[in-house]
Amino acid sequence: MQTLTIGKALNLGLRKAMEDDGKVVLMGEDIGKLGGVFRITDGLQKDFGEARVVDTPLAEAGILGTAVGLAMRGYRPVCEIQFDGFVFPAYNQIVTQVAKIHARSRGKLPMPIVIRIPFGGGIGAVEHHSESPEAYFAHTAGLKVVAVSTPADAYWGIQQAIAAPDPVVFLEPKRRYWEKGEVDPDGSPDPLFGSRVVRGGDDVTVLAYGPMVKTALQAADAAAEEGRSLEVVDLRTLSPLDLDPVYESVRRTGRCVVVHEAPVTLGLGAEIAARVTERCFHSLEAPVLRVGGYDTPYPPSKMEEDYLPDLDRVLDAVDRSMGF
Amino acid sequence: MTALQQGTTEVVDPVPGAGAPHLPDQPDLVQLLTPEGERVEHPDYAIDVSDEELRGLYRDLALVRRWDAEATALQRQGELGIWASLLGQEAAQVGAGRALAEGDMAFPTYREHGVAWTRGVDPLHVMSLFRGVDQGGWDPVARSFNLYTVVIGAQTLHATGYAMGLQRDGAENAALAFLGDGATSQGEVNEAMIWAATFAAPVVFFCQNNQYAISVPIERQSRVPLYQRAAGFGFPGVRVDGNDVLAVLAVTRAALAAAREGSGPTFIEAFTYRMGAHTTSDDPTRYRLAGELEEWKLRDPIARLKAHLSRSGIADADFFAAVDAEGDELAARIRQGTLEMPDPAGTEMFDHVFAEQTPELAQQRAEFVEYHASFDTAGSDTASSEGN
Repeated sequence: MQTLTIGKALNLGLRKAMEDDGKVVLMGEDIGKLGGVFRITDGLQKDFGEARVVDTPLAEAGILGTAVGLAMRGYRPVCEIQFDGFVFPAYNQIVTQVAKIHARSRGKLPMPIVIRIPFGGGIGAVEHHSESPEAYFAHTAGLKVVAVSTPADAYWGIQQAIAAPDPVVFLEPKRRYWEKGEVDPDGSPDPLFGSRVVRGGDDVTVLAYGPMVKTALQAADAAAEEGRSLEVVDLRTLSPLDLDPVYESVRRTGRCVVVHEAPVTLGLGAEIAARVTERCFHSLEAPVLRVGGYDTPYPPSKMEEDYLPDLDRVLDAVDRSMGF
Repeated sequence: MTALQQGTTEVVDPVPGAGAPHLPDQPDLVQLLTPEGERVEHPDYAIDVSDEELRGLYRDLALVRRWDAEATALQRQGELGIWASLLGQEAAQVGAGRALAEGDMAFPTYREHGVAWTRGVDPLHVMSLFRGVDQGGWDPVARSFNLYTVVIGAQTLHATGYAMGLQRDGAENAALAFLGDGATSQGEVNEAMIWAATFAAPVVFFCQNNQYAISVPIERQSRVPLYQRAAGFGFPGVRVDGNDVLAVLAVTRAALAAAREGSGPTFIEAFTYRMGAHTTSDDPTRYRLAGELEEWKLRDPIARLKAHLSRSGIADADFFAAVDAEGDELAARIRQGTLEMPDPAGTEMFDHVFAEQTPELAQQRAEFVEYHASFDTAGSDTASSEGN
């Protein structure tokens, strides 16, 4: 058992994946000598060489488009997008090519590509460095989307995503890169695509993923002091969604709050609310409520505390749910 | 246009093209066979082609034109959703396709029927794409011919990445990326060239400059001849007469050889002309002058090879008649095969989204089957009639 940050766990997970499979190739901007702007690939080029940890030219479509060709040759490219807002130049390749080639070729051309994206806000950055683009990818057939929230999931999840035969958009909660937790490299991981109840409770089911899991747990701690019991589910996987544990929970609690940083309108919370309503209608004591970012461009850093959901906004939603 | 679609290949005397904006008049154009069918030499691109090979090239050109004419007719009769005609670009495609070696990988756009032909792709697999039965039925790995790519220029990056893979594997092969003149305006094409240059990837960019991106002329894409752009990326650019199958073959062979030997990429601009519409959906008379088409007809890629074969005694009337007969048989096979294509089962749309099926899709598939079974009164598989 080791205590690691999420960032270090990712680094070790990448290292393990590269040791296990010589076809794994990391590609991205500044990932070599610098080790990436968040140092996630620190030391990997030194140990695996420039051919396997490739400092690419500065062009995101190029990173993803050449990854497609490499995948066709049997390689397993792991593409690092430096920040969430920079994924859009590569959006065309991801959505029109990476996501569709397996279907278009009727399975003849697998696309085992991992797209690593540090996502979300809370680090005081300038614009385009704090966004939550997960709904774009979850809405695209042919892509799988996961968001990790713990060092253990980061360590195992990156290896599982690389080993998976399909393209995986791998969202890393950048403001939690330095959060610590226990990782057991000899343990056996949960399946990559599945949600997990991370705190049991009876009054309200709170759903979160990525950076908001910690916020939801903080809210649960605070609620407990007031005698309210929140069940917190880490969704972990955004496409496909694994809502069976959620349905089970909501049928017991009768209440559901979904939390994410992305703008609420047409965000993942909307899909989850619809599904929970369809499946748990007769158990619900209140409408499924959503807590998320506002429908504004991500604001300047001095305003991001106003924008981002925090434990108070989660607790407010819990109050509203209980008030029905 | 109608005469050409019917496969007419008579030799016409050229008229001067003075003042026409699109005609090749610069000394940089590599040509080995003049529009009149005369063999000429080029200091950098000598080529030794046997009589049999020449007859084979003629056969390729004539058959893909016949295929194209049949497909156009089928679309007009409502049997294809759309068709992207290659009329006028046969030499560019056959020349480039025949330059490929076994193990080289071609990355087409959606018009490279002539290249598909040279890679042994069954024309019916291309027809099924345009009929809406599938996204292209051929095996891209087995045929070393990627599926068609509709998003403009996206495949140039795939070819470059594939070439990087060849390089890593130590394979003595190259990738050949096809693109059009309009695609050169795309950022991704420029990124592909930057990547190819940076990593000295064994990839050749084969641009068919057919003068129009749907309706927008090349003057709206570039202020310099396209082949000159390569210099800015740091690798050679060559302009070849795209209606001269021998020159295209020679130039592409040389570029692929250089790529395989580790010299990195080449950009080839095949200077040609799309004689038909962009696709069966547009009307070229709205955006170009009839005179321009007439001038390009004088540079017809098939007529000039036919003239050469006739004059030099490499082929006689019997040979041409045999090729024509073969074309008619091919067209009949394509027509019949297209009309007889079964509609796909609706369940197929769920089956290859992922290599590892998701519970969500499995459930949607099951619901689809159940829903269609609810209409099933006679025991027939109604789900398989989806797709109309």
